[in-house]
Amino acid sequence: MSAENRVIVVGGGLAGLAAAVRVAEAGIPVDLFSLVPVKRSHSVCAQGGINACNEVARQQGYSEYQHFDETIYGGDYLADQHPVLEMANWAPKVIDLLDRMGVPFNRTSEGNRDLRLFGGSLFKRTHFAGATTGQQLLYALDEQTRRYEAEGLVRKYEFWEFLWPVTEGEGEDRRCVGIVAQDMRTMQIRPFRADAVVMATGGCGLVFGKSTNSIICNGGAAARCYKAAAWYANPEMIQVHPTAIPGADKCRLMSESARGEGGRVWVPRKKGDRRKPNEIPEGERWYFLEEKYPGYGNLVPRDIATREIFDVCVNQHMGVNGENQVYLDLTHKDPDYLTRTLGGIMEIYEKFVGDDPRKVPMKIFPAVHYSMGGLWTTFTPGSYTPETPVGEHKPGMVPPVDAQPGHGLAIGAPNNSMTNIDGLYAFGEVNFAFHGATRLGANALLSCIFDGLFCGVSVVNFVKGDRVKEAPAESLPSQVFDRFVEQEEGKVKKLLGSVQEGGEIAPEFNGYTIANELGVEMNAACTVVKTEGRLKQCIEKVRELRERYSKVVMSDSAAWSNQSLSFVRATGDMLVIAELIAKASLEREESRGSHYRLDFPERDDDRFLKTLVGEYDPASDEHKISFREIDTSLVKPRPRTYGRVDAKPQDKKKEAVAQS
Amino acid sequence: MVADNKPLGPDSKTEAPMLEGDGQPRKVRFRIKRCEGPGKPVYWQTFLVQTEPGANVISCLQKIAEHPVTVEGERTTPVTWDSGCLEEVCGACTMVINGRVRQSCSALIDRIAPDEGDEVVLEPMQKFPVVRDLWVDRQRMFEALKKIDAWVPIDGTYSLGAGPKESPETQATRYVLSTCMSCGCCLDACPQYLKEEDPAKWDASFIGAAALSQARLFNLHETGKQGRKDRLEALMGPGGVSECGNAQNCVKVCPKHIPLTESIAAIGRAVTIHSIARWFTGK
Repeated sequence: MSAENRVIVVGGGLAGLAAAVRVAEAGIPVDLFSLVPVKRSHSVCAQGGINACNEVARQQGYSEYQHFDETIYGGDYLADQHPVLEMANWAPKVIDLLDRMGVPFNRTSEGNRDLRLFGGSLFKRTHFAGATTGQQLLYALDEQTRRYEAEGLVRKYEFWEFLWPVTEGEGEDRRCVGIVAQDMRTMQIRPFRADAVVMATGGCGLVFGKSTNSIICNGGAAARCYKAAAWYANPEMIQVHPTAIPGADKCRLMSESARGEGGRVWVPRKKGDRRKPNEIPEGERWYFLEEKYPGYGNLVPRDIATREIFDVCVNQHMGVNGENQVYLDLTHKDPDYLTRTLGGIMEIYEKFVGDDPRKVPMKIFPAVHYSMGGLWTTFTPGSYTPETPVGEHKPGMVPPVDAQPGHGLAIGAPNNSMTNIDGLYAFGEVNFAFHGATRLGANALLSCIFDGLFCGVSVVNFVKGDRVKEAPAESLPSQVFDRFVEQEEGKVKKLLGSVQEGGEIAPEFNGYTIANELGVEMNAACTVVKTEGRLKQCIEKVRELRERYSKVVMSDSAAWSNQSLSFVRATGDMLVIAELIAKASLEREESRGSHYRLDFPERDDDRFLKTLVGEYDPASDEHKISFREIDTSLVKPRPRTYGRVDAKPQDKKKEAVAQS
Repeated sequence: MVADNKPLGPDSKTEAPMLEGDGQPRKVRFRIKRCEGPGKPVYWQTFLVQTEPGANVISCLQKIAEHPVTVEGERTTPVTWDSGCLEEVCGACTMVINGRVRQSCSALIDRIAPDEGDEVVLEPMQKFPVVRDLWVDRQRMFEALKKIDAWVPIDGTYSLGAGPKESPETQATRYVLSTCMSCGCCLDACPQYLKEEDPAKWDASFIGAAALSQARLFNLHETGKQGRKDRLEALMGPGGVSECGNAQNCVKVCPKHIPLTESIAAIGRAVTIHSIARWFTGK
């Protein structure tokens, strides 16, 4: 390998840092780009924990395979099965590694790592560090990255914005050879060469205005790749987290671990009951999740909890004080225990609401949280090939395959987590592969780190491969890069040229107003409940917003640290992703996981057990939507009821057949 | 501006409590210290912002960005500020609010300006170079983490079994130290931590509480201990722990309630013992 090979990683959250460390460890220099100092990436917001099979659960009948089966069932069969199997098998190793890095996981009295319950599982398989697990994991990877930075193998470009992937070739030959980025302080735009580019840029919560996401999670980077010919898969699969506190600037997450630690969701049985929660006797409280799902209770997966809360508040008007809110109650737990295990979120609730959740039940409502969809990626399947797809795996059964690495994915295959563009990878939340139609709680941190570590090896192998050897990025003529720099400079020039002196900007053409309107519209039309009529209306609205955006007027022409430029530019990208989300939601005429169509309330495997893929056509500015078969050769789909008591008899029958 | 030796952080005792009836929409005045970039003049602008229920400094700055018009009716540029998670775990949105350094996301308007006519004054942090308006450059904090080898020196990322066992007590001690989000409140409030724009001079200038506390964090870890000697030596000379003036502002302003003064004392003791041992043994 020649010394001048380089890899670019865009995004400094868990996936990006894990990838940077893995690639640097192989001796290949990494240029790491981030909108913020990487220590401030959105991964810090993850609270509850990270899933992995562990010795205690194993001796109760749990296994890596069961973790895999839970994840596939949780995702309503839309996830790629091979990467999920590999991820579940690696999970205990990932935890061990984080442990070695010094993550302060909560401990038992004997000094072992403590465990908690989480949604979608009846086993304690979630490792945690207080209620700021994401922050703690990110810091551990940030520290290891800093170690390589000090050695000179990682070069950080913080406060740099990714603008465009540089590609050469057309169609299937297209290869990514670098990026164009902009320094958010000096506003300098320049190209960077690389033999592989890893996108680890997270989700697109800001498309929905107020979400649990950080201010940087606008999906802009993914949208730019999409516009540059990368495919975008399952955009309609947006997770709405059941428990958040609505705020003026964002919705703040109240971790699922609150329920994992015993938190109960309820409303007063009597509509309009104005008594304080502590004055309402047990018998007059409606624990609607426990009633409807006696097995999983409050720990049903997020899409189910969200729809039930939504139904109680919006359809039945049973919300607390007649408003869109329900109680999340932890007051029956020991306050010291809560501080020890959930301190981080107790503090957030106290700071932002003013009540102590150890004494008063929290008031919560669902909010947009996670994008299961994202850039489409491929993989090379591993060695596990059952003769027929396996039915439900029950606790204590012997797993059909052991947990050896390589069963799910071929280790080091250069195309693992690679997009349809050669050399362009997508890791972590921006990769669509792992979570299907719903992500189980505490699987995100795992998928991000697994992607970075496991597929980091794939990146290294790609860089060492023939295609790069024949034409390393360093050897390409500068014209390959220059035309993309010109394209981006042109966009900036147009935006800055719109600045008018004095007077108010008309709301129609104000970028911030357009973004706000987009958020309101997307939240109303493309989240918990979707219908054909409402989606069509939403598509119209987004069209109108795009129309208005084409004449957007900026309020700042500064050539130094122009934040509005960055925001307004990203708004244009959010509009593209929003349109794709709405159109995909319309195309998928079924209900599956987080995607619930009131007009098509059933899952329809015959038509839609498929990955939805969006391709952007720059000539017509249109989205081409198609469906691709999912490889379900490992696990046989079965109805996903989580033991609901009023589940339809035919579903139960199907479930029984699938289990046999 | 608050005198150097006074604590500067948010304090629940001095902040208005949440009251029934909070969250009513009203108009609040924001006086904001502005600067278009390094070397550019500083000026003040005032904005009148219509608040909404649960409004915080961030949501008000977002409104100013949408309608950048001063109280005099003059169109201006949007105010620039740094922000990220908006739930006080990333540290980005730190600024000086009504004279106190803190995160702007957790600065709720009903608590910091409870009464009609109260003004909210926003200034950038004082100890870091201003990039623009309220956005400052805190790169020096991350360089300090390099100086003290703020990492556990593991043998690479391949599977090599579990890490060391740890008692719940040690975990509890390390966990709180590990919640430091490099926000810089402790440095902004510290009389010994001086604004220094020249990176070449960072090394010899007081490193401050955040990095000292991180050194303690890694020295407490079973594997991290291996780098203990290097960390202590990095904190022995100019810019090291001995320059702490014991004002104790750091611990008062830390939004995560990290026991920074305990960390400084622990590192101070360790450095003293280490230097005596070195004098005796020559190692």
